[in-house]
Amino acid sequence: MRRLFFLLPILIFVALAAIFASRLDGNLDPSALPSALLDKPAPEFALPGLEGRPQKPGFATADLSGQVTIVNIFASWCVPCLAEHPLITRLAEDGATIYGINYRDTDPAAARWLDKHGDPYARIGADRDARASLEWGVTGVPETFILDSTGRIRHKQAGPLTPAIVEQVILPILAELGQ
Amino acid sequence: MIAEIGQFALALALVVAVVQSVIPLIGAQRGNATLMMIARPAAQSLVLLVAVAYAALTYAFVVSDFSVTTVAGNSHSLKPMLYKVSGVWANHEGSMLLWVVILAVFGAAVAQFGNNLPLSLKSRALAVQGMIATAFLAFILFTSNPFLRIDPAPLDGRGLNPLLQDPGLAFHPPLLYLGYVGFSVAFSFAVAALIEGRVDAAWGRWVRPWTLAAWTFLTGGIALGSWWAYYELGWGGWWFWDPVENASFMPWLLGTALLHSAIVVEKRDTLKSWTILLAILTFSLSLLGTFIVRSGVLTSVHAFATDPTRGIFILAILVFAVGGSLVLYALRAPILKAGGLYTPVSREGGLILNNLLLALACATVLLGTLYPLLLEAMTDGRDKVSVGPPYFNATFVPIMVPLFLAMAIGPYLAWKRGNLKMISRRMIVSLIGAVATIATTFLLIPDGPTLTPFAMGMAAWLFLGTASEWADRIKLFRAPPRESLRRLQGLPRSATGMTLAHIGVAVMIIGVAGSSSWQTESIQVLRPGESVPVAGYDFRLDDVRDGTGPNYTLQRATVTVSRNGRVFAELYPETRFFPVAGQSTTEAAIRTTPFADLYAVIGEPDGSGGWTTRFYRNPLVPWIWYGALIMVAGGFLSLSDRRHRVGAPRREKSPQPAISSHPAAAE
Repeated sequence: MRRLFFLLPILIFVALAAIFASRLDGNLDPSALPSALLDKPAPEFALPGLEGRPQKPGFATADLSGQVTIVNIFASWCVPCLAEHPLITRLAEDGATIYGINYRDTDPAAARWLDKHGDPYARIGADRDARASLEWGVTGVPETFILDSTGRIRHKQAGPLTPAIVEQVILPILAELGQ
Repeated sequence: MIAEIGQFALALALVVAVVQSVIPLIGAQRGNATLMMIARPAAQSLVLLVAVAYAALTYAFVVSDFSVTTVAGNSHSLKPMLYKVSGVWANHEGSMLLWVVILAVFGAAVAQFGNNLPLSLKSRALAVQGMIATAFLAFILFTSNPFLRIDPAPLDGRGLNPLLQDPGLAFHPPLLYLGYVGFSVAFSFAVAALIEGRVDAAWGRWVRPWTLAAWTFLTGGIALGSWWAYYELGWGGWWFWDPVENASFMPWLLGTALLHSAIVVEKRDTLKSWTILLAILTFSLSLLGTFIVRSGVLTSVHAFATDPTRGIFILAILVFAVGGSLVLYALRAPILKAGGLYTPVSREGGLILNNLLLALACATVLLGTLYPLLLEAMTDGRDKVSVGPPYFNATFVPIMVPLFLAMAIGPYLAWKRGNLKMISRRMIVSLIGAVATIATTFLLIPDGPTLTPFAMGMAAWLFLGTASEWADRIKLFRAPPRESLRRLQGLPRSATGMTLAHIGVAVMIIGVAGSSSWQTESIQVLRPGESVPVAGYDFRLDDVRDGTGPNYTLQRATVTVSRNGRVFAELYPETRFFPVAGQSTTEAAIRTTPFADLYAVIGEPDGSGGWTTRFYRNPLVPWIWYGALIMVAGGFLSLSDRRHRVGAPRREKSPQPAISSHPAAAE
């Protein structure tokens, strides 16, 4: 009986550890940021184009179906966005449809930035108050989403793209989606 | 280059830690002093090596070396220098490194100052410290290497979470870790004592200063974190029963119990196996806290970005450390012999009551913290719940009431057999004071919650009981002042430290009760020039201006607070927008007065010239931090007592306490 009292702590701990272990297995994949939107249709939103760039209209939820789309969140004040910009441009040159969401920016600053560094985007939505980005679950810039032709979000990449990410993550997904 | 030096030092540290955990243990088993002596130089080299690694990482942060992944992920070139340095520990990898640095510092301190410890006990304790260091160094090197490079290096870093760019939070983690990791010393001594199969009064004396140091730091760390939540999160609250807050609070509760039960081991040579269990569990809860924050099993605002391999690794450490020590406990604790006899009404009895209540409180918090996890496990993840303040208010608070009531009486109790009649005579003043406080509070604030005046009465009871026990000892007002002064000089510092710590609790009760009962909150949209009355004050929004900080843009409001037409204070609440993180923070403006905080927060504009504003009057909130400060001061004062200095010559002739039925002059 007295022995049992001394065994009690370890017995309780074993039970707890078993529960911890069962909660750890696999169902956590935090490397693909647990976007609640993954494999869900893109959120409802409608963004106007940048002022003074009539050739680039804004876009809304409906514009995202019909083709595989990359949605890139960027801003002119964001240094990592500039770092990934050549990669975005390359993807566009290789035939990908890329829509940009201009995040918490002013239209003139964004226009100057695009004039200077090139504009690979098929459409650009101006998200001046970050309302639409909030719907997308954006936590910072840059972020890149890949949507299939039915307008479902299939991948979210937080942070700037690197050549390795493009090679190992982005291109395989695009290939799989039949780009 | 510098980062590689850090990496190399870390790998070398792992080797040294393995040596420290194996060789002295073998030496102690064989009675070979040469092998046992290895522990000391090993512990010293370990601290040196991890310090080099830590310095290397700090250097990478300071010069913004973005080819180091950790720096690129958590720093930014525009960040102020303070946050570049504190940014080292504001991320998973760096904070684990800090954890190990502190562990090594404690290990080296035991090696350095433990010269009067029996060599075998010291070697075994250091070996256990070495094992913990081995586990965490392996964890860092294999799953969370802070020195990984990326190629190509990004042009700039991702920045530090703006909420963490705050002076209060910069120093919260080191204090917290000093507390968490400090309990590892008590743990190592407990495991070493179990291996030896012997716990005596001397063991209690060695463990107490380490536990006290850890407790003092942890108290400071928790208070600092709570203060940060109060002024930074902008909701006027200071404790949210969030899983991570609980993770730091549970070791505190058990550590407090340990602090008290170790006294019984030292003075009365009894309660040994319970104290050993407490020492094991207190550090286990520190490890559990580490697991909860970094494994992602519980969701919390504090959780680090998680990775399943890390979760499994920490769980393995947890199973090894906690499971191993508890198995050892089950095998060896039954052979520990209990010492002296005592009646329920005695110092021992009081301390056991203290331990029971604190352990129960800790179990309550543990259940509330883990319940969502248990439920998910039982329903296979279908049911998700979160346990909030109502649960803790209904379970935790009622356990604290008898604890606080007994706390005032405890110090009056004599060892072995207390005299209830004598005590009740001495508590009359406190009782009158408590009743008077209850009545006064009812008269002053008749429309608040009914229980609050009783809480105030309880605080008065505790304060008066504690203070009068101290006054009795130095015969304050009952003997000539010169005599009192002489007695004060003769009083052990640890006794005064205890008095201070208990008074700190009383002050904190006042703050907690007042702020949670009498807060006034007012949320509204104001245009510049408009004003709103809040708890007898008039808050007027004067204007809102734009500005820039080092790495953020800000909007600062000017709020004039006046009372009866006279200007009382000007408050400047801000919202800061950090472009790098794309995130905003609120900076509450707080005007502290002795009895209340005036607290203003500015929110979003409504688009038509108005601004969302939140104004609070938080009565007595500062008393919470004053209470914590007094507790910390009590801890340090007690630590400075020469009797707590392991190795200091003792003044008493015998380590055993004098057997007497009058209140012993003990802490």
